[in-house]
Amino acid sequence: MTITLWHFIALCVLVFSIGVVGLFLNRRNLIMILLSLEVILLGVSILLVAAARYQGQVAGEIFALVVLAVAAAEAALGLALLMLIYRKFNKIAATTLREMRG
Amino acid sequence: MGMMDFLFYLFSLIVVLACAGVISVRNQVYSVLLLILAFFNAAGLLILIGAEFMAMMFVIVYVGAVAVLFLFVVMMLETSETPRGNGLKQYMPAALAVLGLVSLEAMLYLFAGPSDFQTIQLPAHPENLSNVQSIAAVLYSDYFYIFQLVGLVLLLAMIAAITLTQQHCKEVRRQNVDVQVACRAEDRVRLVKVKPKTERES
Repeated sequence: MTITLWHFIALCVLVFSIGVVGLFLNRRNLIMILLSLEVILLGVSILLVAAARYQGQVAGEIFALVVLAVAAAEAALGLALLMLIYRKFNKIAATTLREMRG
Repeated sequence: MGMMDFLFYLFSLIVVLACAGVISVRNQVYSVLLLILAFFNAAGLLILIGAEFMAMMFVIVYVGAVAVLFLFVVMMLETSETPRGNGLKQYMPAALAVLGLVSLEAMLYLFAGPSDFQTIQLPAHPENLSNVQSIAAVLYSDYFYIFQLVGLVLLLAMIAAITLTQQHCKEVRRQNVDVQVACRAEDRVRLVKVKPKTERES
């Protein structure tokens, strides 16, 4: 028995699910939400690359590259917004962001 | 059980454990460090299946840029006063529903999907063509517009992040080039005709 694509799909579903659970588990904390998003994107990228390699196609790795760049952009923007929120409210709990609520 | 199997199970076990740690550890610095561990082991997994370029990209981009950025922000912000939400029971059904749906679809695909998942073997790299070369051959030709678009996304994110976090300090006197260039001699110097006065007249 060798390692097949099946194993990689199982692993990536597990990592993705851990990320989704973390999203719900830490929904008060903006930093933890961003970290959970990184975990989700990690699972997706591994799956893309593994599928590309097992099919012998290079296209999947290009898509993984795009996902990587978008993840980097998302992290930069999310952390910039976090800085703004911290500067305004002096804390980063997501529950303080209810100014728009009537 | 060959070497590759052993390494796969080792790396994937560490990835899963590190990801579970990321979402459950209370101290956020440890959380980011565990995320770095997960990224390193994911890079090891990718090297295992021969995707060396993406593995190096994982290490450079995720560990070198994203995780360090996270570490920087986590250490700069005061994070002690952000407790875990106590609405866990309220949102757990939704989380479990999403999780169950994803798992169900994955299980359906894994056990009832195409049967060659279990049998297909890892194809070798083409002769005299490394992973980097085969990516470069299509990245700058077939996927050129996607490549440009990704550059645009990164530029936009950089500009947005800088403009969002920039602080204008009122005390600092700045040079205003437009005003300086638009300034003419009449604004600064006024020539006045003055009648000379002599002592005899007075």
